[in-house]
Amino acid sequence: MNIYEEDILDHYENPSNYGTLEKPDISYEEDNPLCGDQIRMDLEVEDGVIKDVRFSGHGCTISQAAASMLTEEVKGQALDDVKKLSKDDILEMLGIPLGPVRLKCGLLALKVLKAGAYGIKGWPGEEDDEEE
Amino acid sequence: MHVDRNEFHPLEVDRIREDFPIFAGDSPIAYLDSAASSQTARCVLEAMDGYYESYRSNIHRGIYHISEEATAAYEDARQKIARFISARRASQVVFTRNTTESINLVAHSWGNANIGRDDEILLTVMEHHSNLVPWQLLAERTGATLRFIEVTDEGLLQLDDLDQLLTERTKLVAITHVSNVLGTINPVWEITAAAHSVGATVLIDAAQSVPHLPVDAQALDCDFLAFSGHKMCGPTGVGVLYGKRELLEEMPPFLGGGSMIRAVQRERSTYADVPARFEAGTPAIAEAIGLGHAVDYLEKIGLDAVHAHEQQIIDYAHQKLSEIDGITIYGPKPRMKAGVITFNLEGIHPHDLAGVLDTTGVAVRAGHHCAQPLMQHYGVIATARASFYLYNTMEDVDRLYDGALKAQNLLARRQG
Repeated sequence: MNIYEEDILDHYENPSNYGTLEKPDISYEEDNPLCGDQIRMDLEVEDGVIKDVRFSGHGCTISQAAASMLTEEVKGQALDDVKKLSKDDILEMLGIPLGPVRLKCGLLALKVLKAGAYGIKGWPGEEDDEEE
Repeated sequence: MHVDRNEFHPLEVDRIREDFPIFAGDSPIAYLDSAASSQTARCVLEAMDGYYESYRSNIHRGIYHISEEATAAYEDARQKIARFISARRASQVVFTRNTTESINLVAHSWGNANIGRDDEILLTVMEHHSNLVPWQLLAERTGATLRFIEVTDEGLLQLDDLDQLLTERTKLVAITHVSNVLGTINPVWEITAAAHSVGATVLIDAAQSVPHLPVDAQALDCDFLAFSGHKMCGPTGVGVLYGKRELLEEMPPFLGGGSMIRAVQRERSTYADVPARFEAGTPAIAEAIGLGHAVDYLEKIGLDAVHAHEQQIIDYAHQKLSEIDGITIYGPKPRMKAGVITFNLEGIHPHDLAGVLDTTGVAVRAGHHCAQPLMQHYGVIATARASFYLYNTMEDVDRLYDGALKAQNLLARRQG
């Protein structure tokens, strides 16, 4: 399967929820030192529900498309439910297999979201290892 | 300069490719990442298999035939490598894991004993992290100061102010022979001579030069020279530190353990002579033997021919890639550099470029190439890098070119 599927390229070209919020309740930014991809996530939360979300940053197709897809997914969701999102959920959204290096590109947005919302610092899928 | 793709070639590449199992088959990879790690020649694999299949045993001290055979093969590899880099004696060749370990060995053993708070270590902005971070750590331990030779816009060392940078405080100059990112071939002989004139010790990171150019350690007159086996058709896991005899003999051990001792008592030990003093524990025996055969292989082909071949390919690569709209090529012009071309395509993240190239069977590296200060100098986060070796062909360059156009068609139009 080609990792440059139309769906991913569409999200890269016309990302959803791109930008920043004026008064975010949660705002967090991080980069992937390996390749310099950078993502910031802004959340507006009301009664435990994500009312609005924006992402900004720069990087490769996979990192930006995954961020765009993730914002679509979490908008309107309870903040607690976002905590359950996993590596596999991101891979399902992207719909393509990713090697270990590109996997980090795909997971950066979720990592930033979880770090901002819950202070979870590890890469999705590796948190358990780090707690041991 | 126009390069004819079909002109005379210094190497019989078709025949050379038959020596590398990875290129067998109908659709071989266009492997353009030899600066990271080269492919392994079949003769190297066979030599290592020979050890494992018929005389596998630990070296030194074994009082039986195959251990003596293994010891002889291991020490024979040391002899070959010493000859390859024109070392005066085989004992000046210390086997390590890789260039990184060789440099760390010097930073700890020589560095801890010789560097103090008021001393300066002179590096360049184009160093690989492996020839930067060990010195940062040494500076943290000792309070010494790091200073840097800058890089010009065309990717050469800014040597005009070398006289100001080199002072009586300069105790060490650690420089790369060939930049792993730009391919720049640095005038290490001149820098070494200038460094010696103020009494500084010189370490040359030769990871990117020994595999590709004739390197004569005595002619360079450097005090230390470090390189890796896996970038020169050899296996992973074995590298080399060359040092001047009087320096190595003065240096305290780096790692402690078996093989590096003369006599051990409860409270203290005395240490073996060089090179054994720096080879604690069972070394990478098979890999060292394999590296010896890689050296044989490269000598048979000739490093001059390898270099000439890479020059021809890099000429062609520059000419071909320069045709692409929106390409930025970093570093010096061909003929002033080794077989490396580092570039970016406007509007395409190098990871995406490498990803598209991968779908066409072209392997390039994308990222910061373990040289973040150099990336900062150019104001980029990452680049794509194609690097060439004796087994690469003009067709590999064509495939790189075609893949780059494919990436543009797929990705560049989408920049908004």
